[in-house]
Amino acid sequence: MASLVIDEVFKRFGSVEVLKGINICIEPGEFLVLVGPSGCGKSTLLNLIAGLDSISAGEIRIGDRVVNAIPPKDRDIAMVFQSYALYPNMTIRKNLSFGLETRKVPKAEIEQQIEKVAEILQIENLLDRKPSQLSGGQRQRVAMGRAIARDPLIFLFDEPLSNLDAKLRVEMRAEIKKLHKRLGTTIVYVTHDQIEAMTMADRIAIMKDGVVQQFDTPNGVYSNPSNLFVAGFIGSPSMNFIPVSFEQQERSLGVVLTNSKGQECFIPVNSDFVPGQRAVMGIRPENITDTNAGLGNRQQIVELESEVRVIEPTGPDTLVHVELNSTEVICRSCPEFAGDAGASMKLALDTSKILFFDEESGERLDGRLS
Amino acid sequence: MDSTSTGTMSLPQMIGRASLYAILFLFALYFLAPLFIMVITSVKPMDEIRTGTLIALPKAPTLEPWLKAWGSATIGVANEGIKGFFMNSLRIAIPAVLISTLIGAVNGYVLSKWKFKGSDTFFAMLLMGCFIPFQVILLPMARTLGVLGLSGTVSGLVLVHTVYGLAFTTLFFRNFYVGIPDELVNAAKIDGAGFWRIFWKIMLPVSKPIFMVTIIWQTTQIWNDFLFGVCFSTGETQPVTVALNNLVNTSASVKEYNVDMAAAIIAALPTLFVYFAAGKYFVRGLTAGAVKG
Repeated sequence: MASLVIDEVFKRFGSVEVLKGINICIEPGEFLVLVGPSGCGKSTLLNLIAGLDSISAGEIRIGDRVVNAIPPKDRDIAMVFQSYALYPNMTIRKNLSFGLETRKVPKAEIEQQIEKVAEILQIENLLDRKPSQLSGGQRQRVAMGRAIARDPLIFLFDEPLSNLDAKLRVEMRAEIKKLHKRLGTTIVYVTHDQIEAMTMADRIAIMKDGVVQQFDTPNGVYSNPSNLFVAGFIGSPSMNFIPVSFEQQERSLGVVLTNSKGQECFIPVNSDFVPGQRAVMGIRPENITDTNAGLGNRQQIVELESEVRVIEPTGPDTLVHVELNSTEVICRSCPEFAGDAGASMKLALDTSKILFFDEESGERLDGRLS
Repeated sequence: MDSTSTGTMSLPQMIGRASLYAILFLFALYFLAPLFIMVITSVKPMDEIRTGTLIALPKAPTLEPWLKAWGSATIGVANEGIKGFFMNSLRIAIPAVLISTLIGAVNGYVLSKWKFKGSDTFFAMLLMGCFIPFQVILLPMARTLGVLGLSGTVSGLVLVHTVYGLAFTTLFFRNFYVGIPDELVNAAKIDGAGFWRIFWKIMLPVSKPIFMVTIIWQTTQIWNDFLFGVCFSTGETQPVTVALNNLVNTSASVKEYNVDMAAAIIAALPTLFVYFAAGKYFVRGLTAGAVKG
């Protein structure tokens, strides 16, 4: 177990800057998830932590040790790869013991360690098989077993679940989380799947174009995203973005939402916006719902009506597509209260959950509605 | 495909299929004819060769020509057959094949998994070696061997074949290793293994197909080489290909076709053996990596 500090780290490949000043710091035992679309630099960053690639500028510290110039084998880390990277010519037992043998751990201790790991991951009966004889899920377990057997300071996971089918992925997700609870080792986990990030992480670093967009707890990035990218990336279905402009009506400042029939609905705002200013309003689907849902504080609820375009029943909820300000908006409704396509439906909007973003930069404009 | 497996072929299909097999059969006959004539000639006594036709089967088969070719035929000035020269070829081919294959494996490993600045340029330059005609390097090589004191020795020929084979062996191994995922090497690095341990424990165990291809290729090249043999060896140290040529060209009262044929077959046996023993790996190895990304 060790802390990990990534301090102003840059990585350049020739003239291409892949990482542009990354700053991340986690406590011993924390579960950090690096998440972002492909090409955002998350795997590069993981390779830098592992020592498989060299840092162009900045510093990485594991525990109290600066590891910039330390080769991977001396960093006391273990890594689980996307393709599992099991040694194809060795039995599972050999795969697990390879790292220990390389480090000259006494034989008896290796035996003991393998027994322990095999029991934790329930792969005892696979020990004498070759990797080619295992299913994807079993290989995944063995790959994790190889990492655990080493008992490292930090585990690095490089999209370990992306080759599994959906059901197995959900199972393994929970399993990795349990494993983290049990072992308490610091974990850095790379994924492009925001659900994995949300469900597993203690802290999430959301990356795009080599820059950390937000580094926060799962709850933080979900309810308090720092820009349009983060707001849109986290959450499924993703947050609705509606173009709005501020208006003065009577005594209060607010925004107007217009439905497809041209009916307007005024939502008052308490913050320091200027009449005429344009912005992007963000609202999550679960915060526009049917009027029976009983959203939080009644005073913060605004009711509006709109024509239902499409409905998508998902089972527990039905997603209702409507149009506001000429933009498609997804509302999450209770199935029994969802309107039919073409019909008009009354919606309740929780104004306390509305966020505003700058049209140009995508940065968060502060001020929630009161 | 479907129609053949279900056995319901229409008449035109059957005619097409039959003519296809007929043509293939004729081709097979055509290609096998020289070997057939060599084999039957090699077991005929001389008077049968003089009186019979080329394709007549032997009436009184004898192994005498084989024994003579192996142990007592006149080559140059000695009457000791091709035995000694056959051994020379073994002494040249075995070390040269093994050394060039092993170095090629290490080269390929470095050029695919431990790339350094300019390694691609280095590889491109090495590839040029595949296209340099033998004749071009004869003089410089003769000079080099002279300076090293290896002129006319078996070791000299081992060196020549090793150096000349490296371009090919490196190419084979490099292309094979490129197909092995880098993650495997990275996993081993993180597991604490160094350059050689990764090579021995991870790379070599999965390299069997490409080893077979390289060994077949190199054995054939080196065993069948005539030019280097004739240029860089003398008398006692000549390889079997050169000796065969001398045997056939040695002027004697009677041209002993049966002995010549037997000697030629003996000289060709090792390459035939290598193909039969490892041939299935050859096709498999050459196509490996072509299908799985």
